[in-house]
Amino acid sequence: MSLLDMRAVRKTYATGAIAVEALRGIDLTLESGDYLAIMGPSGSGKSTLMHIIGCLDVATSGDYELDGHEVADMSEKQLAKVRNQEIGFVFQQFNLLSAMTALRNVELPLLYAGVKPKERRERALEALDKVGLADRVQHRPGELSGGQQQRVSVARAMVTDPAILLADEPTGALDSVSTADILDLFDELNAAGRTIVVITHEREVAERASRVVEMRDGVFRHVHDIEKAIV
Amino acid sequence: MISAWAETARTAIESLNARRMRSVLTVLGILIGIAAVMLTVGLGQGAQASIADQINSLGSNMLTVTPGGSTTSQSGGFRMMRSSDSLTTQDAALLADKKVVPSVAAVAQASSTSAQLQSDETTWTSTVVGTVPAWLDVRAREVETGRFFTQEEVDSGASVAVLGPTTVEELFTRGSAVGQSVVVNGSTFTVIGVLKASGSSLSSTEDDQVVVPFSTYANRLQSSGRANSVSSIFLEAVDSDSLSAAYQEVNQALLTAHQVTSDTSDFTLSTQAALIDATASIMGVLTAVLGSIAAISLLVGGIGVMNIMLVSVSERVREIGLRKALGATPSAIRRQFLVEAGFLGMTGGALGIALGYLGGWLITMALASTDYAMTVVISLPVALFALGVSLAIGLIAGVYPASRAAKLAPIDALRSE
Repeated sequence: MSLLDMRAVRKTYATGAIAVEALRGIDLTLESGDYLAIMGPSGSGKSTLMHIIGCLDVATSGDYELDGHEVADMSEKQLAKVRNQEIGFVFQQFNLLSAMTALRNVELPLLYAGVKPKERRERALEALDKVGLADRVQHRPGELSGGQQQRVSVARAMVTDPAILLADEPTGALDSVSTADILDLFDELNAAGRTIVVITHEREVAERASRVVEMRDGVFRHVHDIEKAIV
Repeated sequence: MISAWAETARTAIESLNARRMRSVLTVLGILIGIAAVMLTVGLGQGAQASIADQINSLGSNMLTVTPGGSTTSQSGGFRMMRSSDSLTTQDAALLADKKVVPSVAAVAQASSTSAQLQSDETTWTSTVVGTVPAWLDVRAREVETGRFFTQEEVDSGASVAVLGPTTVEELFTRGSAVGQSVVVNGSTFTVIGVLKASGSSLSSTEDDQVVVPFSTYANRLQSSGRANSVSSIFLEAVDSDSLSAAYQEVNQALLTAHQVTSDTSDFTLSTQAALIDATASIMGVLTAVLGSIAAISLLVGGIGVMNIMLVSVSERVREIGLRKALGATPSAIRRQFLVEAGFLGMTGGALGIALGYLGGWLITMALASTDYAMTVVISLPVALFALGVSLAIGLIAGVYPASRAAKLAPIDALRSE
């Protein structure tokens, strides 16, 4: 059984009288350990696809099975649990809570998972150590560079040990040094067996993936594999 | 579960701390409301206690019979003062009979008149009261220096007088008054004692009077009416529980003795309890009115909390979206906002109670040196109730904003800029 299985997924937004078809029949399968890049211009529907993969939004029609469970049948509470346990989000704008330290930000998903304070702290410290920020745990986001903030958000995404790491333009707000930093981190995580889906319009980012799909007008245009050795 | 709430409380404090100025102002609204309610209730209770004290200091468990009836007739007319001579020493003797009025402990008839007083130094006009030794107990008075006159002195019509403290101040500026003479309407009396101040500000004449034996008064000072008439009879009930029984017995005994009915009665019987009840109900109404006005300010404070929470929800749409993306359930989001609102209410309540206690203490201190000394009574139950109310206000004000936050779709929340 695949980790993720999508069949004929469509998404229609009703904006006033006009219905906008953001997704027009997406078929996608992910196996554990995959590293997939979704490319495409803005308006191609790649963000909508990511929201549906991440269970932040539900498809209008089609089947979506995640880890053997049909997402369409889930209650709001079950969806919250899936987002908490199965998905790790990394956003373009980091989305860290500015009032909290890096440690508290990383602890947040564990808090919603109901993990006890002591274990929460240990796991968050471990995750921050993995992204190389062991010496910055008590800093607030405002006291960290963009690259460091994105590393905190990767630590936050990984701390619940999710099935999929879902990154939406993770390097869109970073300089080239930080970009390389984050991509190296993704490589390491993938090498350790983590499934990664990254949305980007930067070729540099897509080249790191083991598989690239390109979207245009709500469908996959063509799918091609990029062998890392060739790059 | 407990740790989840503790964690939510911590998050609430972090979030409120991040908007410190606004949180402080919101808390201020509740704070002022709670302090105002506590102070009005405290002042009301203090005033009631103080008035009851003052009335009791005029003689506890006391009944007073005065001549002249004042009853409303069936035709609605108001008939008064059928006779000013209707009470006599015989009535007083009747009421002293334990078999007739078992609930009465002591009886003191008294007559009074205004008189010119003269000491070696100066002159002064005051009230002269002719009565019996029981007067001292019935009226709850005490002797400061010297002594009160005895029954023997009443029987023999001795020329002795006991003076109120104000009268002494006016007549004798040098040395002790006891042992000196005072001339009352031409008759010379020896001062044998000085009364202690009554401690009541309700009646200033209590401390300015000359008390002499009843017989002496009747023989030498009575200016009008029959020789055996009295201007009032003071009675003391055995205890506060038997006050109403005493009232019934005295009323019945006098109606029978005077051969009148309650419609045609020629005397008026009144109790201190009736006076206390009347003032208590007036103070109760006043407290309720002022308390309601204060409660309105509390309501406004609650609306302030709701307003700030709504602003907070729309400002933090992104934060809510993020929390949902990280796995927060709708109930976790709702709880977070409810706890924040409840925390604002509770903090306002706690500080309001502190301000209420402080204000009460300051008012008590400020009044202590005046004639209107009273203690602002802020009881613990009132404080706890106020704390509960402020928490409830915060929670109620938080329900709508919290449910709005909980209902936000994570995707809409994340998209918003």
